[in-house]
Amino acid sequence: MTTTTDNSFAVRAASVSRHYQMGAALIRAVDDISLEIRSGEFLALLGSSGSGKSTLLNMMAGLDRPTSGDIFAQGRNLREMTPLELARYRREAVGMVFQSFNLLPRMTLEENVELPLRLAEVDRSERAGRVREALERVRLEKRLAHRPSELSGGEQQRAALARALVNRPKLLFADEPTGNLDSATGEEIMRLLAEIQHSLGMTIVMVTHERPLADRFADRIAALADGKLVSDGINEGVQRSEVRR
Amino acid sequence: MKSSDLGELAVRNLRESFLRNSLTTLGVAVGIASLVAMLSLGVGLQELASKRLSQSGLFDTVVVMSRANVRGFGRPPRDDSAPKQTSPPLDAAARKEMEKLPNVVEVYPQIRFITEARFADASYSAIVAGVPDSARTSGAFDGIDGRFFSSATADEAILQVEFAKDLSPQPSSLLGKDLVLRYAERQALGPQAGANDRPVSDANGATKPNTSGAKSNDAKSNTAKTTDAAGSGFSIVPRQRKLRIVGIVETEPAAGFGGFGSGRLLIPLQVAETLRAAQANDLRDIVRGSGSESTFASLTVRVNKPSQVEAIETAIKGMGFSTFSLLDATRNLRIFFAVFDLLLAIFGSLALAVATLGIVNTLVMAILERRREIGILKALGAADRDVKQLFFVEAGVMGLLGGFLGVGFGWLIGQAVTFGTNVYLKQQNLPPAHVFSVPWWLVLGAIGFGVIVSLAAGLYPASRAARLNPVEALRYE
Repeated sequence: MTTTTDNSFAVRAASVSRHYQMGAALIRAVDDISLEIRSGEFLALLGSSGSGKSTLLNMMAGLDRPTSGDIFAQGRNLREMTPLELARYRREAVGMVFQSFNLLPRMTLEENVELPLRLAEVDRSERAGRVREALERVRLEKRLAHRPSELSGGEQQRAALARALVNRPKLLFADEPTGNLDSATGEEIMRLLAEIQHSLGMTIVMVTHERPLADRFADRIAALADGKLVSDGINEGVQRSEVRR
Repeated sequence: MKSSDLGELAVRNLRESFLRNSLTTLGVAVGIASLVAMLSLGVGLQELASKRLSQSGLFDTVVVMSRANVRGFGRPPRDDSAPKQTSPPLDAAARKEMEKLPNVVEVYPQIRFITEARFADASYSAIVAGVPDSARTSGAFDGIDGRFFSSATADEAILQVEFAKDLSPQPSSLLGKDLVLRYAERQALGPQAGANDRPVSDANGATKPNTSGAKSNDAKSNTAKTTDAAGSGFSIVPRQRKLRIVGIVETEPAAGFGGFGSGRLLIPLQVAETLRAAQANDLRDIVRGSGSESTFASLTVRVNKPSQVEAIETAIKGMGFSTFSLLDATRNLRIFFAVFDLLLAIFGSLALAVATLGIVNTLVMAILERRREIGILKALGAADRDVKQLFFVEAGVMGLLGGFLGVGFGWLIGQAVTFGTNVYLKQQNLPPAHVFSVPWWLVLGAIGFGVIVSLAAGLYPASRAARLNPVEALRYE
């Protein structure tokens, strides 16, 4: 089994490719990308639609497997993990936030946030406290009994963030978290992400196509085009003051 | 995922598409109901047949004879090269020993003798049979005109209807009237007692000489004396006993198969025993030298259920006696009903097979509808196993609820059919019958079967749901 010994990296992608066969055509969604994400870093993956940024994010989150190359996280190569081990990785080490929130509509906020705890077989007695703590962090503790349909888009995304945090993961993957929100609400979510990064020391990888938001909040910006990494650099102009605002 | 969480989520999911899941559950219920109804009919008919047959006394009895008695009942001749087996006397001691055997309800002698009955100054020849008091509660005399004996020692008689017709063209008019039974009593006569008793028995004042007409047995001599080489023997003394006619039956209900014909005049067994009427085996006993020791021609051993017959037969054979039962016949009866039940179960299962397709359809639809939800669950860390179990539990819950409902419906169908059958039987002047029986094993079995069938139906949808690619499932709108 391949392992990585360098613990300063939260996630490391080594020559990762993800190809799809569409009839006679071979689609190179991700093509030979190598990327190292340090622990506690806020990385924005920028790119236009179809650039491969979500595919790369899904592979790092353990939802998909590379066609070739390796992804190391938690000291292990995700490509070599069994489906059961990958499920445990997603459950214990990863939190995910999606563009369309992906809350279960028939459940209340409390039940939605409790879902990862059920999957992780956390004791029932411990769950209520953990759910409340996660909802307080996103300032939704008063909406416990509400269903997603009774909340605004921003509130739904905050609830999804609470659900991603409730199992206390080390990695947070956000796939276009502001894509379905107006700019003001989008900024609010971005500030929340930055706050979480700093207060919990989490590593955040965010896919976005909104350059201004990436510029304002991400520590580092990696740009993808046609499945390839076209630029990768520290964001010198990140406005730390945004976190405190 | 913990099983409590799994159950909670499954019930929540089922509630979500309430109408569709209710209809699917109803489909399972109809399937189970049809299965329960069919099997209940089979079990009910089997119980009815068993009850009627056990009332006939054929299937729960073992007839015991001394090995010295005639062989018969179609058995092959004894192999002369085999060592000769001696048989202990079939006497009161042997009877007590048999009564002690487990599952033995009662042991009674077959008392049957041909004798004379006098009624309205005419003599009639009749086979007299002793009826055990247990026949009172066995339902064997349910169709009696009149009543059963008032007690086990009552001087009363029940007549077989053809015999009653000989006595009077209107048999019912005989009820409450008396007849006189004339019979030959066997009196023990040992070597000493014989010598002393002889004059007494010769001059037995209570014994009236036989003066009967043409229909009487050839018992003209007042007393017959027999002695064996050892000097033991018995006297035959004519006696008579007045009996009140209390009932008339079509045939002797518990005739069994150990006697030499159906009784035409039935009297309480205890009364028959006190008569000490001379029977066919008495002379044989004298010739054999058993002398004054009274033995039985045969004993009827009644067991508590037909399945115990074989064990009892083996035990009695071990005591050195010959036995006979209709064990093979009961076996064949059981085989017949097993095949009958199987056929009914197959027909009943057809509806359940349709219901199974309903479950598969519902769950496959649920997968399509909940594709995105499955993707979310997987993104949150659900393993394939968790998703599979969730669908499995949903199928199982539908099966469980369908099973409970189905048993209820099946029971209602049974009640309706029983009611309809009894209305018809009443119109035909026949006694009511329970043609349906829903035993507890059928209730539990049907519910369990419903769950198993539902789980089997959920197998394909559950594994299909578990195999869904989370990335594709999350893209699904």
